[in-house]
Order: sequence, then structure tokens, then C-alpha cells
Amino acid sequence: MSNGNRQVLTGHQVVANAMKQVEPDVVAAYPITPQSEIVEYFSQYVADGKVDTEVITVESEHSAMSACVGSAAAGARTMTATASQGLALMMEIVYIAASMRTPIVMAVANRALSGPINIHCDHSDSMAARDSGVIQLYGEDAQEAYEFTLMAQRLAESEDVLLPVMVTLDGFTLTHTAQVAELLPDGAVTDFVGEYDARYPLLDVENPTTQGPFDMPDYYFEHKLQQVDAMKNVPDRFLEVQDKFNDIAGSNYDGLFETYKLDDADHAVVILGSTAGTAKVVVDELRDKGKKVGLLKPWLFRPFPGEQIKEALVDKEAVAVLDRSLSFGSSGPLYLEVSSALSEEDEKPRLYNYTYGLGGRDIKENQIAEVFEDLENPDLEKKMRYIGARQ
Amino acid sequence: MAEFELKKYDEIPIGGVITGGATPELNKTGDWRSERPIWDEDTCIQCLQCWVNCPDASFEIAEEEIQGIDYEHCKGCGICAEICPVDAISMKPEGEVSEDE
Repeated sequence: MSNGNRQVLTGHQVVANAMKQVEPDVVAAYPITPQSEIVEYFSQYVADGKVDTEVITVESEHSAMSACVGSAAAGARTMTATASQGLALMMEIVYIAASMRTPIVMAVANRALSGPINIHCDHSDSMAARDSGVIQLYGEDAQEAYEFTLMAQRLAESEDVLLPVMVTLDGFTLTHTAQVAELLPDGAVTDFVGEYDARYPLLDVENPTTQGPFDMPDYYFEHKLQQVDAMKNVPDRFLEVQDKFNDIAGSNYDGLFETYKLDDADHAVVILGSTAGTAKVVVDELRDKGKKVGLLKPWLFRPFPGEQIKEALVDKEAVAVLDRSLSFGSSGPLYLEVSSALSEEDEKPRLYNYTYGLGGRDIKENQIAEVFEDLENPDLEKKMRYIGARQ
Repeated sequence: MAEFELKKYDEIPIGGVITGGATPELNKTGDWRSERPIWDEDTCIQCLQCWVNCPDASFEIAEEEIQGIDYEHCKGCGICAEICPVDAISMKPEGEVSEDE
């Protein structure tokens, strides 16, 4: 279903548009490549009077997230955006935002972490936040980045969730390239996101609260269990949000991950973000040659939908998990999750781990085709393979 | 640590929020103290600088005059002794404090 509002926009512009349509009370952010234009475009909307938001310009990402936590604790709908070193600097407060159950929505324009310093895409920044307690959604293209930013707001504010949501989009590949995207009418988004009604607004002086206090060993553990519970509620709430979103957008979201020609596939790749688009082209080409290949692209990485992904992959003959970040001394973060999800099964696919695209290294169709070719070898050695690295 | 009933994780507000206000009174922090401020009423000129500057609101006051120190909450930081213009407050190690002080 098309509402006719198709435009050619960059990833920056679609996220800024989503933020404009959500119209948060507060945005606090600090510029960093490749995120900066998101907040620049948004600030222009504010300056032009198109959106009524308090933009707080701060001196660092640590301060940006601190301002966001204060704002959200006060009861204001709050958003931010960052990338790479910005997220790393913000990290202390990202954990606090999650533990204080502030439903902040943040865009992360994925970029490699230093060092060596590098401004290009990989997932090392958002993966460093995987244990912080934030929900993580990974988008493949500008359209998904736009739609997830809108859905994130409702998901974050769900009564039994109340957690920050990180919406990632691959730096440069999505942020700086123009793509066709279809935007919703402002009114539809306003109705969709609704009003935010904070549970314990700090500014409610009739009902005073203390927020962010010290926990002794007698309560810290229990507060962490609350976060565990909130995370467990996310998959169901995300599916509900998708249903409601489909109603206004005419989209077909119906899962925690996307599958592409996976049902009857013998061999599959699991991949996050924009490279899934390249991999789909390869799947199509190999299908034309009669190969039974498919793809699984997690939308939700935290919480990880292990049970559902196990169901989708367990009957495959071989699966390659492609990670765009390293966990030095171990396997890739995505591989570890998929491997763990399948670990209890007696009959399961041969599972392999590849690392690709670090620091913005291109990955091409022929390289993904080689991965599928590898999977055809039943004796393929189990070891990490580094796609395109000079070894 | 103060003695509270320990509740289960789903019996407390989320996010560490403490509802109700004024709860620090319930949490007795005086046993953190290693040095005790001793207030000399005769020397005191009732300027209230100690009351203004005490970070734990531990100076007891009535009719705009210091009455004494709340040792259940005073953590012994010594700001009051430092700020007192007439040296009416002295810091004494807890181990040397006699029963009547």
C-alpha cells in the first residue's frame, strides 16, 4: 500500500523526519560522524518552527545521555543520536538509562570504534552496548531505519518494557546515501505514538520520588531482575507494535527477524544491517542457478530472539553467520547468539562464522557467493574466516 | 545498613525509584562516621553556619537555635567544625569519645 509520499532521502533525513513526526519534548545530542546530520536536520526543523522540541546542545556524548536521562526521568519524551566514539563515551550513562528504565530512543549510525581511528561502518559500537540493557533494532535500509525509529517509541514506552531503544543504521552506507523512502503523514504518526505518560515523573511534586539512588548488595540484584523481566516482554510487545504500525503504514512486519527465501533453503546466511541487501541479491542469483539458499536478518538483536531463530534455522544443512564486529578472543557476537540458540538441538546445521566489513571494508556480491560456496563443502573446517582481509 | 523488610524484585518500584519522599531519614548513616563533631553550646554564637552547610541536615534546630547534632545521620565529614567561626565544634575520633559526649 502506498500513500504516495515517496521521496529520495538519505538515512540522516529519514531518521530526522521520524524524530520530527514523533515530536519529542527533548533532544540532547553531540555531533559525531556519521551521525551529525541527523541532529542537524532535526535542529533545522526546530529552528523553522516545524517541531516543538527543546534541543539541548551539550559538550560531549556523556553529557548528552546524562541530559536525556534527566529529561526522561522528569517525564519528558526524549531522543538522541550518536555513533562510534560518541556511543563509547556515552556508555556509562547508557547503562544508567536502562537501569533507571528511561524509554529514550536513540539512533546509532554504526561506525567502527578506534583504534586505529576510522570513521567508516562496522558494528563494533553498537555491539559494545549489547549488554547495557538497551533494546537493539538493526535496520537494512533507510525505510527500516525510519520505521524502526517510529516503532521504537511505542516499544520503549510499553508499560511492561520501559527501556531505551537503540535503532542502528549502517554509517555512510545508509546515512549518507540517498534512497527511495516512503514517509507517513504526520497525523498518522502522531496517533501511532500517542502521548507519553511517565510512571514516576520526577516533576510530579505531589508524588515525590528519589531517582537513581544508591543500591546496597541487598537490592541491586533485584533491580537487575526487573530489567531481565522487562527484556523478556520485548518480543511480544514488538510484535504488537508491528501490528499497529502495519495498520497505519500498510507494511507487513510480522516477526523479530526477516527471512528471505529461507523456508526451503538448505544453506543460509545470518546477517545484520545493510549487507543483508547485498546478500539478497546473491541469494536471487544463486536461486536462478538452482541453489537452495536463503537469508535470515535479525531486526531485534537485544533481546535476542534465540528460540524463534532456532526454529527458523534448525532444519538447515549449513549456516554461515556473518559478523561485522569482533569479540577478541572469542567468536563474533551474532555467531555466539545463533550458536547458543542451536546448542541444545541434536540435529542442527553445520555452523560457521565469518567476519566482514571492519572499518568500512567493502563486501561484494562475489564474496558472499563464496560463503555459500563454502557451505557446500561438508568437510569445511570450523574456524573464523575474515572476508576480504589480506592474510 | 538500616533494617528494612527485604522485598522481592516484583514488589518494589522499577528502576530503583524510591517513592514517598523524605526517605533518607529512615536510612541511618551515622555508623559510617569515624570522627564525631562535638558541639560546645557555651561557645556557640548561634550563627547557624553549621546548620546551613551540613550536607546531611544533621543539626537539630528549634526556634532558630541549634539544639544538638543528630548522630544517627551525621557522617562526620567535619564541614561544621571547619566552618564554625568561633571553634564551637571540634572533631573527636569515635574511639576516644566518652559516653556522655
